[in-house]
Amino acid sequence: MLTLLFDGIAYGMLLFILAVGLAVTMGLMNFINLAHGAFAMAGGYITVLLMQRAGVPFLACLPLAFLGSALLGAVLERTLYRPLYNKPHLDQVLFSIGLTFMAVAATDYFIGSSQQIIQLPEWLKGRTELGEGAWMLGMGHYRLFIIAVCAALTVALQYVLTKTRFGSRLRASVDDQRVAAGLGINVNIVFLATFAVGSGLAGLGGALGAEVLGLDPTFPLKFMIYFLIVVAVGGTSSITGPLLAALLLGVADVAGKYYIPKLGGFIVYSLMIAILIWRPQGLFVRQGGKS
Amino acid sequence: MKVPVRWAWWEAVLWIALLASPLVFRERALLINEIAIVALFAVSLDLILGFTGIVSLGHAAFFGMGAYAAALFAKLVMPDPLVGLLVAIGVSTLLGAVCSMTIIRGSDLTRLMVTLGVGLILAELANKLDWLTGGADGLQGVIMGPLLGRFEFDLYGQTSALYSLLVLFLLFVLARHLVNSPFGATLKAIRDNRLRAMAIGIPVTQRIALVYTIAAGMAGAAGGLLAQTSGFASLDVFEFHRSADVMLVLVVGGTGWLYGGVAGALVFTLLQNFISSITPQYWTFWIGLFLVVLVQVGRERLLRPWTWWSVLRSGGSK
Repeated sequence: MLTLLFDGIAYGMLLFILAVGLAVTMGLMNFINLAHGAFAMAGGYITVLLMQRAGVPFLACLPLAFLGSALLGAVLERTLYRPLYNKPHLDQVLFSIGLTFMAVAATDYFIGSSQQIIQLPEWLKGRTELGEGAWMLGMGHYRLFIIAVCAALTVALQYVLTKTRFGSRLRASVDDQRVAAGLGINVNIVFLATFAVGSGLAGLGGALGAEVLGLDPTFPLKFMIYFLIVVAVGGTSSITGPLLAALLLGVADVAGKYYIPKLGGFIVYSLMIAILIWRPQGLFVRQGGKS
Repeated sequence: MKVPVRWAWWEAVLWIALLASPLVFRERALLINEIAIVALFAVSLDLILGFTGIVSLGHAAFFGMGAYAAALFAKLVMPDPLVGLLVAIGVSTLLGAVCSMTIIRGSDLTRLMVTLGVGLILAELANKLDWLTGGADGLQGVIMGPLLGRFEFDLYGQTSALYSLLVLFLLFVLARHLVNSPFGATLKAIRDNRLRAMAIGIPVTQRIALVYTIAAGMAGAAGGLLAQTSGFASLDVFEFHRSADVMLVLVVGGTGWLYGGVAGALVFTLLQNFISSITPQYWTFWIGLFLVVLVQVGRERLLRPWTWWSVLRSGGSK
């Protein structure tokens, strides 16, 4: 029971880190980016390849996964994404689907279609149990690690967003891009930086999640819907919205798959549709922002 | 009601050529059948995407529903293809009517998610209800009766191709009437500016729901045709790939133009056949590359190479 909740929270935190970049970029540029999972996959593969081929330790791989994906995101933003910001949503959807297909096929071609396995260091493998009976709480060390890292990142993100100058520029650009530009904020740079950090976070999430979510070339397609759920349900105007949505999704998914395995992803999808019919703009929408 | 726009001579030529094609290219009949099905699917998407401006990533839900309905009906009730097709259309129309409630509110993103979600739910259902649908193995043992009691579906696919083309033709005529009617005009008004359409008194919600339902029925017909002519229905019909592919088909041919679906189906199916004969495993890469290039160049311009340079220049000075 508690174990389930714990696993759900770990899963939800992971989803949050994977999707928060998408939420921010989508709110910022109103760009429907279905290729976000590809950056997460890039991060995951960077970790796997570095560990397997170069023998880099796991912890050192995580920042590298972040940097690699961020770099990839920055390059793609500058070259391919930017011309599409003012295009209709149909164009953006087509473009990002195309990018996803390319990423899937290219990974398949270069690395192979088999599932990749990450060798965790010893100190992350164990499991601690507290309490007993129905209220026993079993915590996998790795999941604990995920929660710790993701919580630290969330606090850091929240700090950057609310307390720093860059954060206020970012929020201004999200609220109204034209006025922000008029006030002398270089919106292009804000976009670029946000996109890069968002992709980097996705890459980090992919690296962290490779063990939990599984990593194979179809990763971007398999988890695309989850990222989108987090963003659509959580709304794009804050990061607490996606955080709560991700936690809800994580717990619902883990619990659903545990108690009613026959229904599989059914519960999550139905829940999403019900929520979106009820609150089309997402559950946690700040009033007064530009829609 | 206004008299529908008159048929141009090239349309008649096109349809005669299409309907004659299975007789001329006998050994290509299976491919022609596939093209007709994809074309029907794309035309149905065009009704909601091209004419009403709703971006849907879950159109395969109706396609798959039609496919499973037709296959199950043939297997469990009776093998007559025409009745089966009507059942497939009916079932997917019903599904469309139910789902149309989900797409009325919200932004593009919300709609995208909901349509995607419906497709995933149906795929999940088809997977889990394995006593009925055969689960991941697909629905096997579907035996179709002869068409009109006379024409057997054979391995060479000539009957199938003619059958699919005729159904395509009939539904195309229906769609053509629809978009040229005052009803179609209101759809275009909704696409161009929903707020203004509402202001001049168009019942926007009702129109969107209606066209979504009709498009669902047509997509169901396409799915039904696929199941009937191949005698098989598998989870593949619900795949995300299908929804994405049909969008690509439509965009290649041109949205907001019914022949766009047909032209796109022709180009896409031939291209897919060609590429997958070279690299069977990695053809999605080239499809993806094509999509990226298409959007970067601009989808109106890809089919008109002579405009590339002029627009690129003016785009540079912007």
